[in-house]
Amino acid sequence: MSLLSIRNLSLSIHGAPILSAVSLDVGAGEIVAITGESGSGKSMTALATMGLLPRGAQTNGTVTLDGTDLTQLSERKLCGLRGREVGMVFQEPMTALNPVQTIGRQVAETILIHRAMTPAKVEERAREMLDRVGLPADRFPLDRYPHELSGGQRQRVVIAMAIALRPKLLIADEPTTALDVTTQAQILALLKSLTADFGMGLLMITHDLAVVSDMADRIAVMQKGRIVEQGPTRQLFARMEHPYTRALFEASDHRVAMPPAPADARPLLQVKGVVRDYPLPKTQLFAPRQHHRAVDNVSLTLNTGDRVGLVGESGCGKSTLTRAILGLEEVQAGQITLDGEPVFTGHRPNLDTRRRIQVVFQDPFGSFNPRHRVGRLITEPFHLLDAPPKGTAREAAIAEALNAVGLTPNDAQRYIHEFSGGQRQRIAIARALIIRPELIVFDEAVSALDVRVRAQILDLIARISAEHGLAYLFISHDLSVVRRVTDRVFVMQAGRIVEDGPTERVFSAPEHPYTRSLIAAAPTLPDLTHLKEATP
Amino acid sequence: MTRGPSLTFWIGAVLSLSFVAAALLSFLWTPYDVEALEIANRLKTPSVAHPFGTDHFGRDILSMIMVGARTSIAVALVAVGIGMGLGVPLGLWAAARKGGLVDEVIMRGNDLVFAFPSLVIAILITAVFGASALNAIIAIGIFNIPVFARLTRGAALSLWQREFILAARVAGKGAARISAEHILPNILNLLIVQGTIQFSLGILAEAGLSYVGLGAQPPLPSWGRMLADAQTMVSFAPHLALIPGLAIVLMVLGLNLMGDGLRDWLDPRIRVARA
Repeated sequence: MSLLSIRNLSLSIHGAPILSAVSLDVGAGEIVAITGESGSGKSMTALATMGLLPRGAQTNGTVTLDGTDLTQLSERKLCGLRGREVGMVFQEPMTALNPVQTIGRQVAETILIHRAMTPAKVEERAREMLDRVGLPADRFPLDRYPHELSGGQRQRVVIAMAIALRPKLLIADEPTTALDVTTQAQILALLKSLTADFGMGLLMITHDLAVVSDMADRIAVMQKGRIVEQGPTRQLFARMEHPYTRALFEASDHRVAMPPAPADARPLLQVKGVVRDYPLPKTQLFAPRQHHRAVDNVSLTLNTGDRVGLVGESGCGKSTLTRAILGLEEVQAGQITLDGEPVFTGHRPNLDTRRRIQVVFQDPFGSFNPRHRVGRLITEPFHLLDAPPKGTAREAAIAEALNAVGLTPNDAQRYIHEFSGGQRQRIAIARALIIRPELIVFDEAVSALDVRVRAQILDLIARISAEHGLAYLFISHDLSVVRRVTDRVFVMQAGRIVEDGPTERVFSAPEHPYTRSLIAAAPTLPDLTHLKEATP
Repeated sequence: MTRGPSLTFWIGAVLSLSFVAAALLSFLWTPYDVEALEIANRLKTPSVAHPFGTDHFGRDILSMIMVGARTSIAVALVAVGIGMGLGVPLGLWAAARKGGLVDEVIMRGNDLVFAFPSLVIAILITAVFGASALNAIIAIGIFNIPVFARLTRGAALSLWQREFILAARVAGKGAARISAEHILPNILNLLIVQGTIQFSLGILAEAGLSYVGLGAQPPLPSWGRMLADAQTMVSFAPHLALIPGLAIVLMVLGLNLMGDGLRDWLDPRIRVARA
């Protein structure tokens, strides 16, 4: 019998159906992945397993862990179970730790709550666990605080907390989504080795097929609260019986049909020797103020119609560079010009160049004022024009922009909360397009989207760039996305550009060791043709 | 799923609005003239003719409560108006210039006002410039400014980090315009809730100042002074103290309940969950 056995689990919250007839097994030492798009119910399945459902939740079916039906247990008994029998790792390592407690104390807390050991032994166990997750005593003593650690190190602490009592089952909900690719690879390897060493069952929830393809023993694909297909990883990829699985796989590996780049290019954006320092908070009253150099002597050129990528991990300075290019912040040294005009003149942003650069941000939920209608939201850049269109001309501009991104003119009357994430990102692109810029900066513009929606938005970006003769700078931490929609790519590390060149050349024959490590760490989907032959 | 305001809100709203209605009615009609002294009818217990009884000069207490509500509400309303009218723009300005000189000056100025015990300074102001309803308004109003400035700055700062503000900056909009167009509408519910709370505190402050004789001056009736006048007679005419005391409690309670209910109703996190 398997360790965790979910049978016909149905769930509704305030009458709205969330899960229907979910059945899933996780054996000891087995890695099972649940994958699907947002809203498919994958996280709810995990929460139902932990008995952590929100108020008003009604469940049917059974969740059996090691012979005990969890759905029948009282809250008190469930508390005794959580942490001891079932551990959980969350997505966001930045908020999963208490900032005012040391890491040793937080790892020890799980043990103390369950009174599993004498206090003297607890510290020993906490140390042992931190060592096990790769935080050795000499560099990470127990009295370190979370803010002294990087995101990946914090996630290691969270994992140490989850496994402190050697639970039989570990649930990891998007454990690497918030991490950089190189860190992601390390955390995945850690989870894998822990599963093998402790003989735990690992239930992993992720939206990223590539992450689980070379790690999970079995995969369950969820759509709209149902498991549409599940099976051993290789078999599932080889057969792909359900059309939704196929659609997900194809979208993950979506090839954008890139229109040919325009021929008569002239230099458009020129960044020369840009330096951007941030003052750090003073540690001592009379000590000289320290500075952090976020962008260090960066130079790059974009021609008209260029489709350029900028990749790098978090903290490499790509966001700072974006702000400098948009003229939102002044730089300490160097110059940024658009068609020879500086973007920042006399300590003020140059509005003449600003109207020729627009931007699309990452967060489809945070980048719109919730109180305005779409028509007003997308015409905001009209503020940059000396004579913004009025009346019917304005209506026509709105309709044209909405049509260009695949929405209808009627959508102008609606509020932003009526749209899905993908639609909002279309609206963000419409807002960037409406004053007909020459350059659009896509700042992680597809990172928050589901794979199928992402594929559509990438197609849209390729199409409108050709139709409008647009150049774009596509900034992302996701190498596979950058590879699909750019002709040229810059790789940034610690404020410097370490490599640049034609996208295909950089990806197939990277020169800089950092580029090589990035590409090696990026999870890849299995090659289907090979798999199909290998599976009987 | 739409949800109206809670029961708490409605109880609070009915309580406070009935006082507002009584205050408005008092402009047109009161059961008796509040300035007419009828010594023969003094210290009457509640009866049909005088539902709340009469005081030691024979004035009708119901009429005095109605006119007193007018004083309390007017003082508190104008004081909150001063606090909001100056505090909110200052807070928005400080948030827009975060870390700059303007921010420092505004926020240290706020700290300075906060550092003084408010009622003591109000007593000082009215003692120096003379006791009157106007000086009470100014004194209470000054102490409302930093409350709103801080609240506004805090809420605005978190909004300045949002991407839609960045989008507005990319559209070339300046700090003043962004504050008015994007920040203020998004923090308005917070300010309204705080406004009702400050309003109730203003009523308490006015009652306190009148109690020590530094608020509205006779013959204008005021709840605080009615309490002060009643204290020597509390052993044989307890209703004299009880009725203005209850009026203050019910009005403040009503406003606090209303503020609580409004906060639950307008809280953006709850609104997002509903959307």
